Amino acid sequence: MSSFLRLGTLILWLTILSWWILAGRNPGWTKTSVSTMETDPVTGINYPVWKKQFVPGLDLLAVGTGCAVVLFGVSFLPFLSRNTKNQQL
Amino acid sequence: MKNTIILLAAASALAATATAQEIAFDLKDPKGVNNIVFKLDAPLESINGTANGISGTIEIDPAQPEEIEGKIVVEAKSLTVSNSLMQEHMLGADWLDAANHPEITFEVKEVLNPVKNGNEGTADVKGLFTLKGVSKEITAPAKVTYLPGRLADRTNGKMQGDLLVIRTNFQIKRGDFGIKAGENLDKVSDTIDISLSIAGSAPKS
Repeated sequence: MSSFLRLGTLILWLTILSWWILAGRNPGWTKTSVSTMETDPVTGINYPVWKKQFVPGLDLLAVGTGCAVVLFGVSFLPFLSRNTKNQQL
Repeated sequence: MKNTIILLAAASALAATATAQEIAFDLKDPKGVNNIVFKLDAPLESINGTANGISGTIEIDPAQPEEIEGKIVVEAKSLTVSNSLMQEHMLGADWLDAANHPEITFEVKEVLNPVKNGNEGTADVKGLFTLKGVSKEITAPAKVTYLPGRLADRTNGKMQGDLLVIRTNFQIKRGDFGIKAGENLDKVSDTIDISLSIAGSAPKS
């Protein structure tokens, strides 16, 4: 039981870490929309164009890491280890 | 006596001409390019956002740009940041209180140090900036470009007229406007950098 929990914790943490890296390693807060700047050809004004897009930030990575640490700690609780020993018997 | 009458008549004619040359530019841009970019750079957090709900009117005589007057109005609800929860907090009662103070305005009072170069000009514009119901006099360096006859280019020839482009960068302190003065300074900077880029149109019938 504890081994499954540790494996699950590792998979959870790696998934969140990979997601954060693949989404561009955003060093700020999680974004729910992003803007790109475009230029009006007549006036030369640069203006933002917003679109809905989820970009995980450091806050999400921190929460994911925190959860992983807690779950990893839980996997060492005695009753989980006992269950594992009982299953092995 | 006759000379005096002639002089008065000439002065009246000149004044009438000067008034006639003043053009009113509507800042509600149908293409939606008018925008404000704001940035707060605190030690722990950097916040960037934009606003595009801009309206108002600028009246200017292109031959005498120092005579500019008018008001720029920004809809507080149009302020946008990249995180929806952060935006909710920003517009909430603790910060901008957009429900009770729906407009952010800048009313032009005086133009200082105007420099004209063809259809472009720079000046320091003194005016009354109102945010969250608090008004403060500020001075912002502005660049103004007059584009005569260019409205047609933006409307595919549907409307004839002139364009006026105004750009300015200035700073305000949120504490001066009663926005959590002295609080949360590690995450929300007191200094707000503001860049304004707007185009006004003056259709001709």
